[in-house]
Amino acid sequence: MSDLESFRQRAQSWLEESCPASMREPVQHQQDIEWGGRAAQERNDDKMLWLERLGKQGWTCPTWPAEYGGGGLSNEEAKIVQEEMRRIGARPALTSFGISMLGPVLLEYANEDQKKRFLPEIVQGKIWWCQGYSEPGAGSDLASLQCRAEDKGDHYLVNGQKIWTSYADKADWIFCLVRTDPAAPKHDGISFLLFDMASPGVTISPIALISGASPFCQTFFEDVKVPKDQIVGKLGSGWTIAKRLLQHERSMIGGMGFGIGGGPSRTIPDVAKEYCGEVDGRIADPASRQRVAQFQMDQRCFSATTRRAAEEAKAGTPPGPKSSMFKLYGTEMNKRRHELLISLMGTQALGWEGDGFSAEELAETRDWLRSFGNSIEGGTSEVQLNILAKRVLGLPD
Amino acid sequence: MALVLTEEQELLKQTAREFIQEKSPVSELRRLRDARDPTGLDRGLWKEMAELGWAGVLYPEEYGGMDLGYVELGQIFEECGRALVAQPLLSTVVLAGGCVLEGGNETQKKDVLTAVAAGERLLALAHQEGAHHDPHAIATRAESKPDGYELNGRKTFVLDGHIADQIVVVARTSGENGDRDGLTLFLVDPDTAGLEITRTLMVDGRNSSLVELDRAVVSRTSVIGEVGRGANILDRVLDRATVALSAEMLGTLSEAFDKTVDYLKTREQFGQVIGTFQALKHRAAQMFVEIELTRSIVLEALSAIDADDSDTSLLASCAKARCNDAIFMIGNEAIQMYGGIGVTDEEDIGLFLKRARVTQLTLGNSAWHLGRFATLQGY
Repeated sequence: MSDLESFRQRAQSWLEESCPASMREPVQHQQDIEWGGRAAQERNDDKMLWLERLGKQGWTCPTWPAEYGGGGLSNEEAKIVQEEMRRIGARPALTSFGISMLGPVLLEYANEDQKKRFLPEIVQGKIWWCQGYSEPGAGSDLASLQCRAEDKGDHYLVNGQKIWTSYADKADWIFCLVRTDPAAPKHDGISFLLFDMASPGVTISPIALISGASPFCQTFFEDVKVPKDQIVGKLGSGWTIAKRLLQHERSMIGGMGFGIGGGPSRTIPDVAKEYCGEVDGRIADPASRQRVAQFQMDQRCFSATTRRAAEEAKAGTPPGPKSSMFKLYGTEMNKRRHELLISLMGTQALGWEGDGFSAEELAETRDWLRSFGNSIEGGTSEVQLNILAKRVLGLPD
Repeated sequence: MALVLTEEQELLKQTAREFIQEKSPVSELRRLRDARDPTGLDRGLWKEMAELGWAGVLYPEEYGGMDLGYVELGQIFEECGRALVAQPLLSTVVLAGGCVLEGGNETQKKDVLTAVAAGERLLALAHQEGAHHDPHAIATRAESKPDGYELNGRKTFVLDGHIADQIVVVARTSGENGDRDGLTLFLVDPDTAGLEITRTLMVDGRNSSLVELDRAVVSRTSVIGEVGRGANILDRVLDRATVALSAEMLGTLSEAFDKTVDYLKTREQFGQVIGTFQALKHRAAQMFVEIELTRSIVLEALSAIDADDSDTSLLASCAKARCNDAIFMIGNEAIQMYGGIGVTDEEDIGLFLKRARVTQLTLGNSAWHLGRFATLQGY
């Protein structure tokens, strides 16, 4: 038996033993998603049990080095773990910006002490991280951010405001872009700072969205003291780290439309047949049938492209600035998916609350409204097009 | 199924590109068109391509072929598409040759495929009857007679029909127009009495013709495969040809795009190159994304054929519809971005637009493939 085959057997029996039965049910609601964090440590449910077991094994971050708490697995082994988890229907034990965004840049840019301090907590989901990037005056033009950190000898003093901070009201720590040199050109005076959201001087105010939910917050910093060893990379080199993190963020958002996060659990053709009727096994309305087919074809093309990029990366050609394409198309497609669902489900998908609608229909209304943010957050579609035009096609400024 | 090329496949593609750049750049299509060349192609060049193995890529070695797959053939198609190469790769090798390969008996295969692989015989598939692709809409009848079959009907848009040394005719031996059952394939000599071929000049300067059958009698040995079961061969061949054509379209639309991006980087207005304008940048970036998606699905469809994947038909429709839409978008945008020079005959980009529209309607427009995709998916 090959090494990989025996690894698969070990992974199988470990998962079989360790994954609680309730964690093999499909994720249906937002509250089924586990984000970890300090508050979660108080809980004593299956979600936490599963997180604790998988985290100890390092398999929440299977390819991160074992010395930082990761699984230390090769890509092949990680793929096996993923396949075996999928086979038994195991839920992801942890969803976190620590895993998808911060961790990869810490591995690349942080010093040894920082890696040892922060990475194991990310792997085990002990800290819920949030992202301090956008400001009221710095959206697409992120590099014009004004939130500043002054050198006060033994610490930095942070003053300013962030906006669109996802789950800031629930997060424990923030990775934050701050201006450390107001005199330098705008891309050069930025640093990448980590600090505790429980620090004195941090105020958080959730923002109500058109969907009725408030996943984002305004975050205010007034004389927040941050120890100096919590800066990642060199002073003033934060923009390089910020951009790399955005590539990770874009890959994450680009892939979101196909997982959880909205839409009925049934397939789109089934939804179409239910709400538009069916004649001889076909969706009754030919125009809707064609729109469904168009969407499914595009979905197929996009997933082939995702797979191709993964294969190319494995063969030694990482996507680089092309990753903007996945952010762009993935989010635009998720918006299209919800628009299509709304058009198929008709007024049943436009209820706000109360009687007359199923839970699924009411959820679709909210998910549709939420999807409008997809092509704005993490860099608007227009910003992605700028990046592609400049960095991939070489069109001049 | 791998979605990256192997080293050997990359090498084949590179060789094809270099050969075509040297021997058959876009100016060759222009030359054939302007000279009103009666054959519409350079048979000497086809012979050279055959010597490189291109005509026999798919065929078994015993017939002089290379016994490779569609991923390999697809690379040649793509490179031909880049330079709008006017050669009978689709008509001879994949369409009519494919019918013999998939359904022919040993004698037919040995005779036909060997001659095709050597570059010595050209073939055509006489299939379509109306203005649109509709595989089973066959009204042409084949009636059994004591000395063979008598064929009556009219075939349109027969690619390379007027220069073919043999024509595969799809005719109905039973059933009604539209039925899948009752179709039969015949391998016909163009000199057959009652068979009339008229060349039709198309907008893209490529070869096509009308084939009229008026009491044309062919022998029983000319039947390919089983009488009345021709659709089993035809459908398989059409899926394969659809994907091969998609690969050609990928080459054509990629080249049109590359040319356009180069133009955006050189053409100056208002004291700067027009590629600095965001109105054009964003459209160029959108096209880039469309091409990336197109490339992935074409590669997946080519690999699916080689793996004899059960999703091959689904992927063929997906690839063709995507190529149709991408080549439409890029062809049209290219002309607009070139501005005035784009609508002159002198500039090559117009040749890409013309070819784009013909390929879109060859082997099924997007509406047809969307419908088939939905049917295959059970809705």
